[in-house]
Amino acid sequence: MTSSAAHASARTASVPAPAMTDANRRALEGAFWPIVSLLAAMVVFGLFVALTGRDPLEMYALIYEGAFSDAFAWQNTLQRAAPLILCALAVALPAQAGLTIIGGEGALVLGGLAASVVPLAVAGPPLLVQALMAGCAMLAGGFWIGLSGWLRHYRGVNETIASLLLSYIAIALLNHLVEGALRDPASLNKPSTRPVGDANMLGNLPGIDVHPGLAFGIILCLVLHVVVRHTGLGFATRIAGGNVRAARLAGLPVGMLILWTCVAGGACAGLAGMVEVAAVLGSANATLAAGYGYAGILVSFIARHNPLAVIPVAILIGGIGAAGSLLQRRMELPDAAMLVLQGVAFMIILGMETMTGRLKFFQPRGA
Amino acid sequence: MIEASLPHPVARGGAPTVEFIGATKRFGTLTALDDVSIKVRPGSVHALLGENGAGKSTLVKCLVGFYAADAGQVMFDGREVAIRNPHDAGALGIGMVYQHFTLVPSMTAAENLVLARGDLPFRIDWASERSRLAEFMARMPIRVPLDKPVGALAAGEKQRLEILKQLYLKRRLVILDEPTSVLTIEEADEALGLMRDMAHRGEITVIIITHKFREVMAFADRVSVLRRGALVGEREVADSSPDDLAELMIGTRAIRTAAAKAPVETGAVLLEAAELDAADDSGHPAVRRASFRVRGGEILGIAGVSGNGQRELIECLLGQRAPTGGSVRVKGRPYGATRREMQQHRVFSLPEMPLRNACVPGMSVADNMALRNFDRAPLSRGPFLKRRALREQARRLIESFSVKTPSPEAPIQDLSGGNVQRAVLARELSSEVDVLIAANPVFGLDFAAVAAIHGRIVAARNRGAAVLLVSEDLDELLDLADQVLVMFEGAIVYRSAIADADIGAIGRHMAGHAGAGTPA
Repeated sequence: MTSSAAHASARTASVPAPAMTDANRRALEGAFWPIVSLLAAMVVFGLFVALTGRDPLEMYALIYEGAFSDAFAWQNTLQRAAPLILCALAVALPAQAGLTIIGGEGALVLGGLAASVVPLAVAGPPLLVQALMAGCAMLAGGFWIGLSGWLRHYRGVNETIASLLLSYIAIALLNHLVEGALRDPASLNKPSTRPVGDANMLGNLPGIDVHPGLAFGIILCLVLHVVVRHTGLGFATRIAGGNVRAARLAGLPVGMLILWTCVAGGACAGLAGMVEVAAVLGSANATLAAGYGYAGILVSFIARHNPLAVIPVAILIGGIGAAGSLLQRRMELPDAAMLVLQGVAFMIILGMETMTGRLKFFQPRGA
Repeated sequence: MIEASLPHPVARGGAPTVEFIGATKRFGTLTALDDVSIKVRPGSVHALLGENGAGKSTLVKCLVGFYAADAGQVMFDGREVAIRNPHDAGALGIGMVYQHFTLVPSMTAAENLVLARGDLPFRIDWASERSRLAEFMARMPIRVPLDKPVGALAAGEKQRLEILKQLYLKRRLVILDEPTSVLTIEEADEALGLMRDMAHRGEITVIIITHKFREVMAFADRVSVLRRGALVGEREVADSSPDDLAELMIGTRAIRTAAAKAPVETGAVLLEAAELDAADDSGHPAVRRASFRVRGGEILGIAGVSGNGQRELIECLLGQRAPTGGSVRVKGRPYGATRREMQQHRVFSLPEMPLRNACVPGMSVADNMALRNFDRAPLSRGPFLKRRALREQARRLIESFSVKTPSPEAPIQDLSGGNVQRAVLARELSSEVDVLIAANPVFGLDFAAVAAIHGRIVAARNRGAAVLLVSEDLDELLDLADQVLVMFEGAIVYRSAIADADIGAIGRHMAGHAGAGTPA
């Protein structure tokens, strides 16, 4: 090879690959640590399973089989992902304004309760009834989380504690009403409200055995992603969330910014309750409080409160949930094992938060 | 044994000699210290003078064990010592007062002092600690409320406590890193005078890092000037002049001095406070019936010792704190610091501690530069942000205000203090300004940065803006202001046009013992 050719090849080699911009680097880092955390959580959970004398590899295979292996598994997974997406938004949105809300369960329960009451009061074409059910559910959920936001901003009450305690109140309210004033006399061993009626049920999305809650969730994630990332409202919200003092200096209405995220987030969780009632349960009862609100906290944290990332994370966590019964049957792992996995994942995610900015690869280089 | 071959750190009495021989420190490709040799005489006050980044802080950080020099030795009391961590430094009797506070905010001053000793028994005998503290405080000419949580103290009080802490710990070599930034001249003189006297009595040796020539001239015995990591000159203070030192410090490059204050016809009253009351974080009155007016083309300076209500006053004007009484008017209209009012009346601000008060630390430089105008054209169309325009604006501002940042997308918290300040300056002063509210805008910045910022403030005034400037640096006010007020315990106790101002009266009012003087 002549020296000039060597030169040329050296030059070609030194031409950088299409440069990665700093914005891309930040985005990539945003995805990197949660994925590392999840993998770490799977490994730790594998050790836990091994300690109980079972084969962790079999466990991983079963999770895949129960969650993603065939159409049936996927439908089960997506069915669970839908309320997770909506409940995660109840955490992710207030997080933009700097709030840690963990009361999605309460908003979901109240949303379901509100939705179940609508058909008792209104008769009409199913679409109208369904719209009213969704509207009331979102109002109820929005009000409930909005209350936490209001308490935080105007009364200085810690919103994390307030939203958690309000959740218990919501669940107690549900139990009180379905066992009392709203109880359907026909529901004997499982007190429920009167059924919303077959005509008012949501049915399935065309082509698959998954209810429309999934579509609601995905659409809301997309819309809210645009709002948070690409509108002035979202920008103002993130300023308020990042530094209240700077937001005040810029004259931003901090209270209103906090309130809208709480109300909108709560409305999403409320909608999840409506979907559970109108697509799964058929009436409101104690099974509404199935833990989707709490699992949504995990989803939002893994997604780093990014509305777009909520979708795949919810599918993943939904899938793990869907595989739970398979693990129970084949490996005799107790139901609570899935909670152990969620807990482990949550702890590792929180721990990994501090890793952001520690790797040289992700640091801005001026591109 | 390695341990045996190293000099055992033993605290001896009296002022030590300190000598750097060929100290060199590199950070990656940057040489922060380049073969610096300095000898500090025992019982002297030795000043290190230099701009930001000249290597002063790096040098002393090698002395207190934060960094290990890549080459060179430190001689202490005539013996070579290895200082591998702050604990070694403490054992030798070397202590440092930092620019940033190293106190526990939730503990009282007394607890902080006792805690700093680090040799606490399992059970602390508070009765005897208190009496020892009281005895110690009786000898000290600077005062700090011992029983308030440190978090409730003003910056000046915290700084005093930091100095007291070093004396309480019986340090023999005390390093002061810009210690007087938040003190009044009188307090600074007191504190530095105390340290100088202790040094001259042979009790301690003092190294002081400073930008202030006045302090060098008044209190230092010898001064070493650093520039870009290298030692460029040493002088006996008695044989030098500020001009001489300034030339050494900045080299031959031209400095931008503060833009000349053009004679400007003052216009209408643009900013007005009437009988303003405000409470501090614990609900106690902090601002008492403060009234003032600022006209267009005029800089109104508010002087005062830190902790006399200036912070609360500024926060009220910026919208960060709700007044408990009185009113603020801008251009004659009631002003509630809403975004609409700010944009309509073109109100801008340079608050102190910009990262805390004016930036979102985790957001990018570009985003932070859009804080004022993200919701207006050309940065937005309808409800939507135009990311490209936002980045474009950032590139332009970074360029024209020489903000040093790895990229517009870097989180602003990764920038140095001076560059954060410049980024905020770019945001606040790059468009037309009618009202500017500034508080200690040059705190902790170097000579050249100070001149540039002062130039911009004066330029805004020359263009007809009404400027309110709150500063704890009296020199800054005397340089810039057209009118000066003094705040003491939340009230405005003195006001005068700068031309008629009596420095002595200002000082007396700041200290709160003004018998005579202009009634406020």
